[in-house]
Amino acid sequence: MASYSTSEFKGGLKIMMDGDPCSIIENEFVKPGKGQAFSRVKIRNLKTGRVLEKTFKSGESVEAADVMEVNLQYLYADGEFWHFMDPETFEQVSADEKAVGDTVKWMKEQDLCTITLWDGSPIIVAPPNFVVLTVTDTDPGLKGDTSGSGGKPATLESGAVVRVPLFVQIGEMIKVDTRTGEYVSRVKEG
Amino acid sequence: MTSGDPANSDWRPAATQEMLRARAGLLADIRTFFRQAGVLEVETPVCSRFGVTDPAIESFTTRYTGPAAAHGETLYLHTSPEFPMKRLLAAGSGPIYQICKVFRGGELGTRHNPEFTLLEWYRPGFDHFALMDEVASLVNAVLPSALPVERLSYGEAFQRYLGIDPHAASFASLRQCAIDAGIPDAETLSLDGADAWLDLLLTQRIEFHLGRERLSFLFDYPASQAALAKVRQGTPAVAERFELYLEGIEIANGFHELTDAQEQQRRFEQENATREERGLPTVPMDRNLLSALASGMPECAGVALGIDRLLMRVTDVASIEEVLAFPYLRA
Repeated sequence: MASYSTSEFKGGLKIMMDGDPCSIIENEFVKPGKGQAFSRVKIRNLKTGRVLEKTFKSGESVEAADVMEVNLQYLYADGEFWHFMDPETFEQVSADEKAVGDTVKWMKEQDLCTITLWDGSPIIVAPPNFVVLTVTDTDPGLKGDTSGSGGKPATLESGAVVRVPLFVQIGEMIKVDTRTGEYVSRVKEG
Repeated sequence: MTSGDPANSDWRPAATQEMLRARAGLLADIRTFFRQAGVLEVETPVCSRFGVTDPAIESFTTRYTGPAAAHGETLYLHTSPEFPMKRLLAAGSGPIYQICKVFRGGELGTRHNPEFTLLEWYRPGFDHFALMDEVASLVNAVLPSALPVERLSYGEAFQRYLGIDPHAASFASLRQCAIDAGIPDAETLSLDGADAWLDLLLTQRIEFHLGRERLSFLFDYPASQAALAKVRQGTPAVAERFELYLEGIEIANGFHELTDAQEQQRRFEQENATREERGLPTVPMDRNLLSALASGMPECAGVALGIDRLLMRVTDVASIEEVLAFPYLRA
């Protein structure tokens, strides 16, 4: 079984903790000039998303987690699972609701999503940083918000609701930054 | 492929030009301080046949082969210039200081770099209290504005912040204290002894409070953590040792120095025995230091102060990388 010593700790390293795969967020080396050295570590449980703090004695080892990130194409949902395919090998995997989480509101068929696999199974599905989606509903008038923000809500084909400028109309395609949930631009159909 | 890849930015210094000037200014200020105080600047060897036995300190080693060592011999890079400086004191140097690079294995982080700059000085006739005063004078002379000075014994600090007597508490009660204080994993950590629990409590729950808008001196350590300090008998017996903290960071460590050659040898042997127990390499103890002590080193106090960490405070930056031209990863 692969393991890492505290000297190998760094941000992004994947380790097993209490039976769950975790990612190291921050590792702080703590040592009195003359005394015992420790690693004070912040880790994120990749299954629950919870962040917790751990203390290790320098030189201790922990089990490595077999976690990798892959870019897979979203194919379809069958009501229970979301199905993805590796565009090169055509290999397919399916993710459950827990893994997909909030990402579902950005997902459009054919888009490439970043999937975190643990022992080969998806545990996190992340959307592309930018998605292009069609507006399915928004106030058609130009009146909209008069409070000065100059925007109005728009519902997109995937279910997400974002604030868009007043000129955006139903049926148009827009580009959205999924990290902030903010409108970027209109996209002309190519 | 050419050897000079323009996309590689590691050739650039991590410190700004302004920081390089701040470092030069700090070094100049320190030298002025000691010239005015009549303390002599000295240099001692970086490489020695002898090393430091302290199990918590890991020395780098190198090899020399050539005249006087035809088949080569292992040399230890100093982790502090303490031993040869004490030999100078025993030879009648009077008060001395040194600014030098020192080397410690296994230490890298926001406050650690494996090679760093130490200011070390010795004052014959001083005890650790008199030296704390001089450390405060020096530090206040180089900080942007002088700060008030607080002295807190090790025992008072543990009482104030954790409500426990560090000199009397058992291994089990220290462990319980760490659990009660909410230190992550205190229940499952396997530590070698009471001192390791004290180190955990100090670094995780006390240091943070020390040196806030002031200079905090922690003094009179447990006798088990004497290192090279005199132990003052009493109830409890304490090591005449101190540390200076600024904004939660340890800046300096000083001793009312042990002058007893036999006691020094006993501690070296004890530390090497601990090294063996822990599966660490033993280190040849410095026979020249023991001879110097036996020939009579003056009663004195000495202190080692981390220049890089002091510069972090002077310039108000959070990471040691910012004060080094080329920190470890760019070295």
